[in-house]
Amino acid sequence: MGKTIAEKIFDKHFVDNPSGDIHVIKLDAVFCHEITTPVAINDLVSRGKDRVYDASKIKAVIDHVTPAKDSKTAAQGKIVRDWARRQGIKDFFDIGRNGVCHAIFPEQGFVRPGYTIIMGDSHTCTHGAFGAFAAGVGTTDLEVGILKGVCAFQYPLSIKINVTGKMPEGVFAKDVILAIIGRLGVNGATNRVIEFAGPVVEAMSMEARMTLCNMAIEAGGTCGICRPDMTTVDYLWKYIRDDFGSKAAALETYSEFLPDADAEYENIIDIDVSNMEPMMTVGFKPDQIKPVSEMVGEKVDQVYIGSCTNGRIEDLRAAAAVLKGNRIDDNIRGIVSPATPSIYNQALEEGIIKIFMDAGFCVTNPTCGACLGMSNGVLAEGEVCASTTNRNFNGRMGKGGMVHLMSPATAAATAIAGKIKNSSMYKGA
Amino acid sequence: MKNFNGTVLFLDRSDINTDEIIPAKYLTEITKEALKPYLLEDLNMDSFDSNTDLEGKQVVITRENFGCGSSREHAPWAFEVNGLYMVIAESFARIFRQNMFNCGMMAIALPKETIERIFLTFSGKETTIETDLEKNIFVVQGGGEKMEVPFTVSDYDRSLVEAGGWLEFADSKY
Ligand code: SF4
Repeated sequence: MGKTIAEKIFDKHFVDNPSGDIHVIKLDAVFCHEITTPVAINDLVSRGKDRVYDASKIKAVIDHVTPAKDSKTAAQGKIVRDWARRQGIKDFFDIGRNGVCHAIFPEQGFVRPGYTIIMGDSHTCTHGAFGAFAAGVGTTDLEVGILKGVCAFQYPLSIKINVTGKMPEGVFAKDVILAIIGRLGVNGATNRVIEFAGPVVEAMSMEARMTLCNMAIEAGGTCGICRPDMTTVDYLWKYIRDDFGSKAAALETYSEFLPDADAEYENIIDIDVSNMEPMMTVGFKPDQIKPVSEMVGEKVDQVYIGSCTNGRIEDLRAAAAVLKGNRIDDNIRGIVSPATPSIYNQALEEGIIKIFMDAGFCVTNPTCGACLGMSNGVLAEGEVCASTTNRNFNGRMGKGGMVHLMSPATAAATAIAGKIKNSSMYKGA
Repeated sequence: MKNFNGTVLFLDRSDINTDEIIPAKYLTEITKEALKPYLLEDLNMDSFDSNTDLEGKQVVITRENFGCGSSREHAPWAFEVNGLYMVIAESFARIFRQNMFNCGMMAIALPKETIERIFLTFSGKETTIETDLEKNIFVVQGGGEKMEVPFTVSDYDRSLVEAGGWLEFADSKY
């Protein structure tokens, strides 16, 4: 019987099978941020186990609340900072070099096809875009990962989603994943890996694939995963060129993780995007989806462009293409957070930051920012945010606030109109 | 090992997420105890008041996909520091379920019909649960009714509960 990508990765990293379908696997990397790691560090210290399994495999960043907003968040940053120094963790990204974890770690070349990665963050599934198995875990799993370099999972069942057809102009990976979540439901992929395949995914950039995989968790998925191909190799080339004689050789090596033709999937779902419209969420659950065209004119108070879902350069380009030469509505507060310093820099060089500022946006430093209502961009009771983030839970961006998830292009058009609107890039089905 | 007996808190809703269990703004706390007053503060459910309804409860019974959303182990901790060590539901989000067992607590899934029957029989009444971990049976009692409900827990999950969590288990083994 053939194997899926996730099964091949699991078999290669097998350590133990303590019972039933539980597999303990070896980890290639453990990622850390300042919200969930301090509790893990403190607990390890209190147990007299303040060690790391391999400092070169641990990557850490301060991204959720940066710069620190108060004494408590300052203390969280300090715990991670002191620990990184104490343990000799070289890949630690502090203020000035920091950005949103799921944007900066891939950008630094820390994710490779076939890798196994955990992090105390549910959107760790993003890194599956590289053909890796990457999963969010809680603090105890994180502690064990830091200490021993292993984690236990159910042997992975996969759902394959074949994305076919021709992407209409003005429709993006974000719209596709929202439509997929609408179809699967918020627990349609619980305990499953979602393998994204088909010509539309093959034609996507790494950025777009990360947007897809990022939201696998919103359907309950353990990890989203894409097949490694030349696009993956191109993205990683500057980090892997010393390991391989040529791009073709790199691709050959990574092809080890391609699924077999007779791999078994629990379910195969075909999605044709040819007539897909830009989509958005309309409630407090990410599977409550409607085409933007059905929500036109609905009220919005704030527009947020950023996050690990849509804070990358392509996202800023799409929003800027819509904003160029326009001003946002007087009643809208526009906030944009480029996800990493290098994305920020690139946006500066391309004149994108100026377009945002001329349009009336507030440009923040790279941070999770408004996404989880912990630092900047918190909503007041009864307010609505049109957001390029991934989660619309009740209270996510502030108690009593409502978040509508959408693509950067739709968010930009909405900012200009002052209410929900399709972008000028979308010309209709 | 923790105690899995006690009075039941019924949460009659599906998809209760971790932001509702413990809002993100409290993730700046670095001790479990500090989370105590905030459990279920943002739960979006009519006729629930986290200030009064948690009092004296040890076990949660709820519907589908409990604990979806963020990976925060603060969610099980918020239950733990309030003396709630077990959640029984139709299904769980993966990370939440794992976090519960990793902390030596229990997250037990029961078939939809069983959960429905428990809600129909006991919801709204003062209800208690006794957990027999030898026979794998819950004894549910309330309002003069009594029901014995079988459950399953894998050997692996049971060993985590017995070891007091995954950290000690893994550190001794790997
Ligand atoms: S941007 Fe939002 S979803 Fe992504 S890691 Fe930060 S808080 Fe989490």
